[in-house]
Amino acid sequence: MPQANTGVNDFAFKLANVNGTGSASANGLLMQAIFRMGIPVSGKNLFPSNIQGLPTWYEIRVNKDGRTSRALDYDLIVAMNAQTYARDIKEVRTGGYLLFDSTWPLDRALRRPDVTFLGVPFAQLCVEHFRESRERILMKNIAYAGSLIALLDIEWSVVEALLQETFGKKKALLESNHKALKLGYDFAKQNFECPLPFRLQRMDANGDKILIDGNTATALGALYAGCTVAAWYPITPATSVMESFKSLCERYRKDPQTGKNNFAILQAEDELAAIGMVIGAGWAGARAFTSTAGPGVSLMNEFLGLAYYAEIPAVLVDVQRVGPSTGMPTRTQQADLLSCAYASHGDTKHILLFPAHPAECFEFSVKSFDLAEKFQTPVILLSDLDIGMNDWVVPRLTWNDDYRPDRGRVLSPEQLEKLAAFHRYSDEDEHFVTPRTLPGFSPKGAYLTRGSGHNRLGGYTELPEEYQAVVDRLAQKHRAAAPFIPPAVIESRRSTRGKGKGRTPFSLVTLGGCDAAVREALDLLSEMGVPGDYMRIRGFPFGAEVETFLNAHDVNYIVEQNRDHQLKSLIALETNVPKEKLRSMLFYGGFPLSAGQVVEGLLSALGKSEGEAARGLGGMPEALSGAEG
Amino acid sequence: MPSIAKPSAAPSGSQTNDLGLTVRDYEGAMSTLCAGCGHDSITAALIRALWELSIQPHRIAKMSGIGCSSKTPTYFASGAHGFNSVHGRMPAVATGAAAANRGLYYIGISGDGDSLSIGLGQMSHAIRRNVRMLYVIENNGVYGLTKGQFSASADVGSKLKKGEENRMAPIDPAFLGLSIGATFVARSFSGDKQQLVPILKAALKHRGLALVDVISPCVTFNDHEGSTKSYLYTRKHERPVAQADLVPPAEEILAPIGAKGVTTIAMHDGSLVRFSALPEGYDPGDRAKVLPYLQEQQAQGLIPTGLLYLDESVPDMHEMNNTTDTPLIQVPFESLCPGSGALEELMEGFR
Ligand SMILES: Cc1ncc(C[n+]2csc(CCOP(=O)(O)OP(=O)(O)O)c2C)c(N)n1
Ligand code: SF4
Repeated sequence: MPQANTGVNDFAFKLANVNGTGSASANGLLMQAIFRMGIPVSGKNLFPSNIQGLPTWYEIRVNKDGRTSRALDYDLIVAMNAQTYARDIKEVRTGGYLLFDSTWPLDRALRRPDVTFLGVPFAQLCVEHFRESRERILMKNIAYAGSLIALLDIEWSVVEALLQETFGKKKALLESNHKALKLGYDFAKQNFECPLPFRLQRMDANGDKILIDGNTATALGALYAGCTVAAWYPITPATSVMESFKSLCERYRKDPQTGKNNFAILQAEDELAAIGMVIGAGWAGARAFTSTAGPGVSLMNEFLGLAYYAEIPAVLVDVQRVGPSTGMPTRTQQADLLSCAYASHGDTKHILLFPAHPAECFEFSVKSFDLAEKFQTPVILLSDLDIGMNDWVVPRLTWNDDYRPDRGRVLSPEQLEKLAAFHRYSDEDEHFVTPRTLPGFSPKGAYLTRGSGHNRLGGYTELPEEYQAVVDRLAQKHRAAAPFIPPAVIESRRSTRGKGKGRTPFSLVTLGGCDAAVREALDLLSEMGVPGDYMRIRGFPFGAEVETFLNAHDVNYIVEQNRDHQLKSLIALETNVPKEKLRSMLFYGGFPLSAGQVVEGLLSALGKSEGEAARGLGGMPEALSGAEG
Repeated sequence: MPSIAKPSAAPSGSQTNDLGLTVRDYEGAMSTLCAGCGHDSITAALIRALWELSIQPHRIAKMSGIGCSSKTPTYFASGAHGFNSVHGRMPAVATGAAAANRGLYYIGISGDGDSLSIGLGQMSHAIRRNVRMLYVIENNGVYGLTKGQFSASADVGSKLKKGEENRMAPIDPAFLGLSIGATFVARSFSGDKQQLVPILKAALKHRGLALVDVISPCVTFNDHEGSTKSYLYTRKHERPVAQADLVPPAEEILAPIGAKGVTTIAMHDGSLVRFSALPEGYDPGDRAKVLPYLQEQQAQGLIPTGLLYLDESVPDMHEMNNTTDTPLIQVPFESLCPGSGALEELMEGFR
């Protein structure tokens, strides 16, 4: 029998279920229990675009060092879906375990000598102990959670507390969940050696961190930024942004005296209308936003161009999913970059923000409203399904009560009074922003907002010089926003002493949710003797540091989740970095990235096998050949 | 869109309204539409209605899409903010603006192309939402700005200038509005200012979306024999149905409620709309009867006009959403942001 993983707080397991059988609560319970034991953990929901019946997986990675990218190496798989047995069994690593429902015999041919098979008759146990058929299905999941408590050494008291919190007042539910947990637990205790060689042990690595998904954090940002109007149309994976925003508003935005809402959330008839409403509200002076995914962004294009040209603040949250077209709605990608950067016809450019995890979703969500008003333009927050819908361990979100919204240049009636005349598109500040007025406040500030050619005075024009003056200022304004975009995160794994000192042959550059995997990959590469530098770009327009960093490296591998190297293209288009310095490393199958994939990608780009690297690559080759994008 | 400033001298002896403003104060830039375009007559009626109601120009938000008709906001109430948005999407923009600031008079101006083709969805949903606004469709049966193609309101058999005949059934905004729950439906004719001005006044006072379909001949592309939206055809076939008068809140009501042929409906601000219905038994408050009546008239090629239907009982968008009475843009940030304490508490839920 090959050696099993004996790591404490360092392993990964995967739960294979059937969609719609209620496994989400069992999986969430496990994830949260591990989190509460103070152990760094991450969970990835790999679910189908289907309500019931298709296979669905949930992966949990436990890592004492705080590694949270997706693990592809499973020490344990809980196989509850007979349809996917063959595939699941194949994925267990040598020396690993398979926990399965032994109510039905497992095909002999599927067994592997290098894997330990642990059979628990979950279905049978539930049939014996529960009466209703729906309950029998649901409780099977809780029962496997029970077995895992025994096998992985999860603390009972933690699970107990979680059940109390979830079902507190629903006594019957609490009891049946308890019963199911015990069934699985007792069976495992009596029949297997518990715990497994790899297991959990309480630690204190989570401090006062929280477990939260990106969509909830984004919604919190909108709430704290003082957004009052939201318009949306349902779409996976963005729907929960608005659902969270709504429930937060119900809780925090009711006028205590009247019980009336200090907000308006409008479920629009489509995305065209949703962004139109946001623009109308922004024009009237409210902080407004919409949330959507790729197909919605496609529909919003015309309006985004209007807001850009007429200079109206608007915030758009794009929780990216796999395209093109309807694509794979429940899979993740970073493929809306270019379509968002230049959304709409004509010369149009937008401000983009790329959060990497829920804490940044919160921070950048607030920031989008400030940037949108400061620069009087649409701001697009580019999240994705992995960030948005999975739970992440992140630092506790905090708030500075001194924060006041940056409303940008809005003239008050008093300021208007002092002006000889008001002209919407004249008198720009150092950021090329011109003052605006809001309807309803002063007779003096009235003007006609138009998406047709206008001059500095706001009047219609078809004169080349007048038209160009305005669009040139818009280009300058976009560039002027760069210093206000969160700067790139830059790190070095390179020694500052010895042989490698001063040489910077390669870097890994990425954005958004690839962060964890790429950083972990760089650590692994460092250990192999292939140290590289790191940069995570956090928004567009790019800050000066982006270009400086890229120029300082012979080769920059740009890791992104799309087929057409969109970040690389945007860099090539919008900076003066020589193209030879930019190489692509692309992953776009729809699943979150793992560090192993990046390591493999880099080694093959360098033309080295992992073995060679391990034997020591020493100094870096002068010329790095490899992946071309 | 091109606009030409008007000479600034006010005509002498102009009457002033309650705000001390003259009709001139409600005008806009010089129209650049074709001389004789029906849209300009509607502008004139609007100017009159706004002046008569003594609405402060800067409390008006003029919203439009794209088309000759959608240029209209330039030509009235130059003291008001205007928003000339994109083709067919005025309703969404108006909805968002109204959501943000419920304290203004929203006037949406659209065309039959703008509202009945590309914008049909948005118009329908603004009606369903009962957004408080005056929604004017300047209906000429063609696309004016793109030079004369059929629009969705062209009648079967009506002809383009070059003789091409329309075969598809028209979308009638009044029918549409009635069937999806519009709370104010009127039709008028740009050439009938007598009728149009009181309709617009009532519409501006309506609690909800007031849909006003105005037949507005396009003199350049659709004012010829064979067109059912021509000036002559409309003149000949117009059938006034319910003559409406707006009685301001303070005024004594002269016609007793229930008097023969007179119906009175109270508006939100206390003013009254007094109908003198022409056809026997026409009740502008009874949707079930209004629809068949209109259909029967249409079958005879007639164009019933007037304030056809009015219902003040349906909640508007803000009431449906339980939005606070204070315009949202005036709610102070301090009562919008829950603060650090609340966030700390919230964070416990994520532990
Ligand atoms: C997305 C889009 N498609 C097409 C057009 C071109 N277009 C401009 S106005 C118009 C039709 C206007 O017709 P209508 O609303 O009836 O107004 P009218 O000019 O007749 O008053 C069209 C199709 C456009 N501006 N935008
Ligand atoms: S083309 Fe027709 S609709 Fe347009 S301005 Fe001329 S007459 Fe009016």
